[in-house]
Amino acid sequence: MTLLAVERIKLFTTRSPMWCTLAALAVTIGFAALIAAVDTENLPTIASTQFGYSFGLVVIMVMAALAITTEYRFGTIRATFQAVPNRSAVLLAKTGVVAAFAAVIGLVAAFGSVGIAKLIESRADLGINSAFEWRATAGVSLVFAVAAVIAVAVGILVRHSAGAVSLVLIYSQLVESLVTLIPNVGDDIQRWMPFYVANKFLTGDPDLTNRPIAEGPPPSLSTLSPWWALAYFAGFALVLLVIALFTANKRDA
Amino acid sequence: MIEAVGLSKHYGKTVAVDDLSFTVRSGRVTGFLGPNGAGKSTTMRMILGLDAPTAGTVRIDGKRYRELHQPLRTVGALLDAKWVHPNRSARAHLHWLARSNKISTSRVDEVLEIVGLTGVANRRAGGFSLGMSQRLGIAAALLGDPQVLLFDEPVNGLDPEGILWIRRFMHRLADEGRTVFVSSHLLSEMALTAQELVVIGRGKLIAQCSTDEFVAQATESTVTVRSPQADLLGSALRDQGGAVRAENGHLVVSGVDITEIGELAAAKGIVLHELSPQRGSLEEAFIQLTGDSVEYHAAVGDQTAAAASGADLMTAGK
Repeated sequence: MTLLAVERIKLFTTRSPMWCTLAALAVTIGFAALIAAVDTENLPTIASTQFGYSFGLVVIMVMAALAITTEYRFGTIRATFQAVPNRSAVLLAKTGVVAAFAAVIGLVAAFGSVGIAKLIESRADLGINSAFEWRATAGVSLVFAVAAVIAVAVGILVRHSAGAVSLVLIYSQLVESLVTLIPNVGDDIQRWMPFYVANKFLTGDPDLTNRPIAEGPPPSLSTLSPWWALAYFAGFALVLLVIALFTANKRDA
Repeated sequence: MIEAVGLSKHYGKTVAVDDLSFTVRSGRVTGFLGPNGAGKSTTMRMILGLDAPTAGTVRIDGKRYRELHQPLRTVGALLDAKWVHPNRSARAHLHWLARSNKISTSRVDEVLEIVGLTGVANRRAGGFSLGMSQRLGIAAALLGDPQVLLFDEPVNGLDPEGILWIRRFMHRLADEGRTVFVSSHLLSEMALTAQELVVIGRGKLIAQCSTDEFVAQATESTVTVRSPQADLLGSALRDQGGAVRAENGHLVVSGVDITEIGELAAAKGIVLHELSPQRGSLEEAFIQLTGDSVEYHAAVGDQTAAAASGADLMTAGK
């Protein structure tokens, strides 16, 4: 508990988390507003309000990566390890606090997006009833949290802000899409790439075939069921985190 | 008490610290002296468990740093005043540190008061001058009211007022019975601050002794004599077993006591214009002792320095 409190103090006594929060909310909710306002032919659905989640995800990962890399940049990681020599405990606490913060932002972003769509198109039926609708909204919070864990782990491994941020962004935004360009096996590889699989959790099974593509985030062709997709995504994050903790314990601070 | 045994640190083929053993006793200021690049900072990081030694151990009151429970209450350290997030206020910086070792928030205000930063406690640490950063670092070191304190080059880059403040502060801490281990590459600074010295060069131990001993050992005294009858006095002094060297119109004498020189001159009726004791400078002594172990030689400056100190000290030693 003490360590969680310490990391909470650290996170909220600098400015970048607040700016990142505002940016993440602005892009996700802004995108929902844009789609609701521009698409006059169709009424917004729960799926279409969540179109912008992947943009928020990018900002969250930048925030999470910066939370750890700035510690390396300014040497506060040494002050931290000096105060608490148990490095795994410290880094786990930081990962936990950042992930929890990301989850809260995800929740606000998802329901904020639904809310603003309803405000713009009051005729739309935006009730959250089916399992799919719950996953598509509340699920954003879980995906944000896991993505934050991935970004923190990469940050611990890379240590430099610019390097960690570029790596996380280039991987999640480019590598996973461009991998399909590989002849023959490209599509099969993509089906097992973590962020692509995470998308399956949100866009899910039932709506994959019977909804227009414009009505939500691009669907995922992952063969996993939605909850197994999330487990796979979380497992990937966990493996990265374990490698990161092992590395941090072995090398000189 | 800090006890290092056979401490070594290798970075690939570079040996930063080489089989270093020393003891830092409580209740006094111990200086950790060595030229830049001698391995002082690396050693301090190993004491704090930040860097893992390639070989050997270092213990604080019998325990490795990682075994300490709430270490800030046992060891306070200022290794680098810049280890602060520039956008965090001084108070917030101390607050999270205090919280990590279950130190009360009122102690944060106490240490801010001790180092004189109360007025700027809520300002961003990034806007602090070096002197203020240094004070903030010292405040952080004092948070847990620890018995052992480590400071790495605390006066580097400070103005004279700041240097004086730190020097007095170290003495106060030692007077309170604490163990103070402070590194510097300046012997003159250490001569004023430290009672004990651990001297290293190229990662190896050169000496561990009291500062007075080190200074006396390293610098032998000579006497400067000026006289219109220098030749006469010179041969008389040589007869007494002294070493005499003529230099810029005066004699530099060693091996004969200053009183004896005066009496000898009086007995022989020799006129003296000057008779003054000289101590070799601390810097020269330091260069002589660590000269072989400086990692990066500046080609020109080094030659002249070595020539100057070599000449003086060699004649003094004869």
